[in-house]
Amino acid sequence: MELFTPDFGLIFWMFIAFIILFVVLAIWGWPVILKNMDQRADTIDKGVEYAREAKAQLDNARAEAQKYMDEAQQQQAEMLREAARMKTQLIEEARKEASDEAKKVMDAARVSIEQQRKEAELQFRNEVSKFSLDIAEKMVRGNLSDDKSHHQLVDKMLDEIKSN
Amino acid sequence: MRLLKYKILLLISLAIVMLPMRLSASSGEESGEVNVKEIIFHHLGDGYGWEVPFSHVYRIPLPVIVRAEDGKWICFSSARLQEVKRIINEETGEEELVAEPRIVDIEKDGKHYQFILAHVSKHKNKVVQIFPLTPEEEQQLKEEAKNNPAIQGDIDKAEAIIGGYAGFDEVYYREYKPHDISITKNVLALFIAAILVTAMVMSVVWFYARRGMKAPRKGVGFMEMLIDFIYTGVIKSTLHDKARKYAPFLLTCFFFILVMNLVGLIVIFPGGANLTGNIAITLVLAIMVFVITNVMGSKHYWKEIFWPDVPLFLKFPIPIMQFIEIFGIFTKPAALCVRLFANMMGGHMIVITLTLLIFIFAAFGAIAAGGSVFISVLFSIFMLCLDVLVSFIQAYVFTLLATIFISMSTDKGHGHGEHKEDSHSTESTSSSDMTSEGSAATVPTT
Repeated sequence: MELFTPDFGLIFWMFIAFIILFVVLAIWGWPVILKNMDQRADTIDKGVEYAREAKAQLDNARAEAQKYMDEAQQQQAEMLREAARMKTQLIEEARKEASDEAKKVMDAARVSIEQQRKEAELQFRNEVSKFSLDIAEKMVRGNLSDDKSHHQLVDKMLDEIKSN
Repeated sequence: MRLLKYKILLLISLAIVMLPMRLSASSGEESGEVNVKEIIFHHLGDGYGWEVPFSHVYRIPLPVIVRAEDGKWICFSSARLQEVKRIINEETGEEELVAEPRIVDIEKDGKHYQFILAHVSKHKNKVVQIFPLTPEEEQQLKEEAKNNPAIQGDIDKAEAIIGGYAGFDEVYYREYKPHDISITKNVLALFIAAILVTAMVMSVVWFYARRGMKAPRKGVGFMEMLIDFIYTGVIKSTLHDKARKYAPFLLTCFFFILVMNLVGLIVIFPGGANLTGNIAITLVLAIMVFVITNVMGSKHYWKEIFWPDVPLFLKFPIPIMQFIEIFGIFTKPAALCVRLFANMMGGHMIVITLTLLIFIFAAFGAIAAGGSVFISVLFSIFMLCLDVLVSFIQAYVFTLLATIFISMSTDKGHGHGEHKEDSHSTESTSSSDMTSEGSAATVPTT
């Protein structure tokens, strides 16, 4: 059978054609293609990685900004609360101070009134004792000399009146 | 619109039915009977010229390069091997063209050489050098022919027994089969396929040179996809870190086989040569794999052959295992060679046989012819589509098995667990492939 007996000429040329094809492609073909495909795959991988990182960074930045904003809001709220507190405190203090002051003024007034009253009382007593002594003197001029024991008696009587 | 479609369909089917009547009429006139075997082997085999479509006579001439008996290399055009004659058909009176072999006379360095396309001897359809016999030699040949019972004195059949070349223009010749490295149809197809592969691969390289890292599309993208499919899917997954070293050989194998397979399916000029269905081609490819596996074979590979891990009695007094292993070295590439050859030749043979059915059935009348045309064309198209698939599968299988053989022979063997897992994975891929390959292989035999 012609088909099953390999022909020398064809083997010869096949060998040559294959070797030439192999050498040409092994030098200029396959290594370039495989290298380039690998490089491109690396580049794409890197690109994807870069994009993922960039996205992560962006997400991070956004979260941070949110955090800062939240913080600021919190601070603001705190400050407002503090201000309100301070306001009430100030008012309270002012009120207290005012009442203290008023109390002081009233106390002072009371003291001075008391004093004046006492002075007046004293004066009055002196006046009364003088008046009464005068009266008594007039009544019992002669027998009653203006001495110390008499004054004491009047005083004692006046104290009795006052206690009554 | 629909009506038009039906009309066209009707016209086509009519044309298909009418065609064989014309063909059967003409072929019947020409030779009476269709020589199926000869047509099949002519289409599957090699030739010194390339057939031109629609002509049985004219061929594209190709150079014939032969080494004459005295050691001189001689080159001439294959057009000189035959002569186109215009003859009148005796039965019909029609004029037709017939190609007849003729003797090529070459004069080189003052010496005469005669060549002819052998048409009766055992070197049929090959160029042979011929020498006219001296009267004594002729007498001797006649004597031998007379005495030999097998040929019953018919000297024209003598060449089959005696080895001489008999009966051309009433002169008897002795033939000599020269070394023949002619650029035949198959050789030219081989070159065309090689150039195509180079162009396909270089198109990708040039694309990189022009566009750099841009993503390729269309043809270049398809090529890259195929390269990646073979490189990543087959070579890298089997050979791992050695992939880069063997990738050029394996990728060249794949694309060369694929292109040869596909070009072989095209009917007219640049294609039509049954390349991978020729055992010489697959033999060279298998020898390449054989050489690589054995030259690159590791210590472990040779140890597995000469001292495998089997009970001692299997290898020591009588080297049974060694014998089997050494036999295996040769059967692996031989299987590669025969698998590709048989699959591709089978595919071609089926398509030709289906086509020839038309001419066989034409003898039974117009209806049988019409029916057979319809069925044959349908089946031929189906088979050709299947052959496209088989072309790819066979190229893939060849590459895959070559990769596995190389990985088995270059395996260092240490790291037992890894090795075991490795061999398992290659086994699973090879077995799954065997099934697909087996299904492809069964197709041509049915």
